[in-house]
Amino acid sequence: MGILIDNHTRLLVQGITGREGSLQAKQMKDFGTNIVGGVTPGKDGQEIHGIPVFDSVKEAMDDTNPNASVIFVPPRFAADAIFESIDGGIELIVAITEGIPVHDMMRVCAYLENSSSQLIGPNCPGITTPGGSKIGIMPNPIHLAGNVGLVSRSGTLTYEIIDLLSGNGIGQSTSVGIGGDQVIGTSFVDILELFESDTKTDVIVLVGEIGGTAEEDSIDFMKQMRKPVIAYIVGVSAPPGKTMGHAGAIVSTGSGTALEKIKAFERAGITIGRSPKDIVLKLTNILKK
Amino acid sequence: MKLYEHQAKGIFSKYHIPVPEGSLITKAGDAMEIAEKLGDVVIKAQVTAGGRGKAGGIATASGPEDAETAAQRILGMSIKGLPVKKVLIEQYRKPQKEMYLGITIDRKARRPIIMASTQGGVDIEEIARSSPEKITRMHIHPLTGVHDYQARMIAYQLDKENSLTIYDVIKKLYRVFDDHDCILAEINPLALTAQGIVALDAKMVIDDNALFRQEFGEEESVSLEYLAKKSGMSYVGLDGNIGCIVNGAGLAMATLDMIKQYGGEPADFMDVRAGANEEQVRTALRIVSSNVNVKAIVVNIFGGLTKCDEVARAIVDVISEIKVPLVVRLAGTNEQEGRKMLEKYGLITVSSTEEAAMEVVKLGDSHR
Repeated sequence: MGILIDNHTRLLVQGITGREGSLQAKQMKDFGTNIVGGVTPGKDGQEIHGIPVFDSVKEAMDDTNPNASVIFVPPRFAADAIFESIDGGIELIVAITEGIPVHDMMRVCAYLENSSSQLIGPNCPGITTPGGSKIGIMPNPIHLAGNVGLVSRSGTLTYEIIDLLSGNGIGQSTSVGIGGDQVIGTSFVDILELFESDTKTDVIVLVGEIGGTAEEDSIDFMKQMRKPVIAYIVGVSAPPGKTMGHAGAIVSTGSGTALEKIKAFERAGITIGRSPKDIVLKLTNILKK
Repeated sequence: MKLYEHQAKGIFSKYHIPVPEGSLITKAGDAMEIAEKLGDVVIKAQVTAGGRGKAGGIATASGPEDAETAAQRILGMSIKGLPVKKVLIEQYRKPQKEMYLGITIDRKARRPIIMASTQGGVDIEEIARSSPEKITRMHIHPLTGVHDYQARMIAYQLDKENSLTIYDVIKKLYRVFDDHDCILAEINPLALTAQGIVALDAKMVIDDNALFRQEFGEEESVSLEYLAKKSGMSYVGLDGNIGCIVNGAGLAMATLDMIKQYGGEPADFMDVRAGANEEQVRTALRIVSSNVNVKAIVVNIFGGLTKCDEVARAIVDVISEIKVPLVVRLAGTNEQEGRKMLEKYGLITVSSTEEAAMEVVKLGDSHR
């Protein structure tokens, strides 16, 4: 049934009365997601697409008992919305919001360590399990159910790849966007672990980007995985990143370039996709075996 | 956003981190009076680019005439394409010892990290590479801030004799970092001089996402990068001739990579973000086409939050202003509506990133 979400997912939409929140709630509902409630302070008693709206997560918990929440709250209020979900005891929190200050996210992630909640994102497209449930903003029509697990740091590039896979008859077990920000709740390794033990996933596609060492940090785990991984790293043509003074150069041991990441993957024996088309080609070969 | 040295030093002063006495000037003539008061001075170009010293943007001067000559020279120069419009004149302090102190974000640990070394100065990056053991690193819990013992340990390592002052600087620098949403707050060198410990240089980089709650007055010089940032987008100028406008950083990078694979050279990286609206796409088209090197432009949109019909409307709005050929790829939300609109105007639409890259490289070649 894929990872993280399934037919038992009961979703709460934080920021449901906003333009995006309302639009995406409708899309998720159309996809088949069980949305049990929404939260917007001051809008208690309203209904959006037949979904009841509450003033707080606490009130929504008491009435509708959700086990997941998705955050469409604007950047300056988003960290508070995540704190509210953590305190409410929500198991899975998916933060779509782009542009949350990184200091806010460091505080959120430190707070998460002593909780039972898991955060995906922020600045991510969310999670989709075709034929099951969807949390987030990936376009509905692009998915096809199958046995490829997809994990990515990107948003729109993730759609592009899913669309291409589906178009070539290659279905997905679950697609997860972990988010493109500097500080995020869930890492590549966290998701790879879930795919490795998921019975519906046979192959994994990992989409990485320049900057940081999140890709390199997942190599040790990939080496001991039973399931094959195809990695695609974008940013080969990007100029050497603007260094953050001396401290930035000091903190990362590698320079975070795409070529360096690709080399590290190749040294570890991980298959590299050179383009979305090349991913399809290599996936087709693996799936034939 | 990078702050100018004088802005960062102004903030340091407010937090009682010792900095040399000095003034900011825009006219070389003003240097004399200040130098008369301060004695031996250092004159420093105020630009946000690194490598100022090596470019000749920093000079020492003894005497008012000397100071004016140096100020005159530096005010006329450009560093990495940025004209020097202001210089900082400071009292010269001879360093007996140069240390390094910086606070940044460790993405992997998801925490701030303090780094310190007894060997500060211009070679700190080299030291980080060749002898990383000479740099002390310490993570800070973002919910508590720097513990006293942590500041004490670092201070002892840097200079036991002056550890009380350094301890104080560490605690204050963390407050600066925390209060101003910094992704970097750095003192290099933190110098020991005859008059005590002093921050000879100051560097602060602010998280762009936090600018809604931070106010620094003076902005970076107006550049295409800055215009894009002000509209909530991200632009980086490159050396090629193919203009690129894409929603989402990952897809943008993939597009650039493919253009290169087809033998083209991108003129820019322009991420209009996943939720781009009409107004932003219009601004993006204007920014990208204002680069005179651009011979063809590709717009690559995979709509999710972004609606393809809004993008198409924006393109139609500004098409008369754009003098180079355009390739448009629209997919996702309201794709059909968007495409129909563009076809009415005879614009080339394609269905995948791969095709878009191929087409735009062809157009760029034939338009030379």
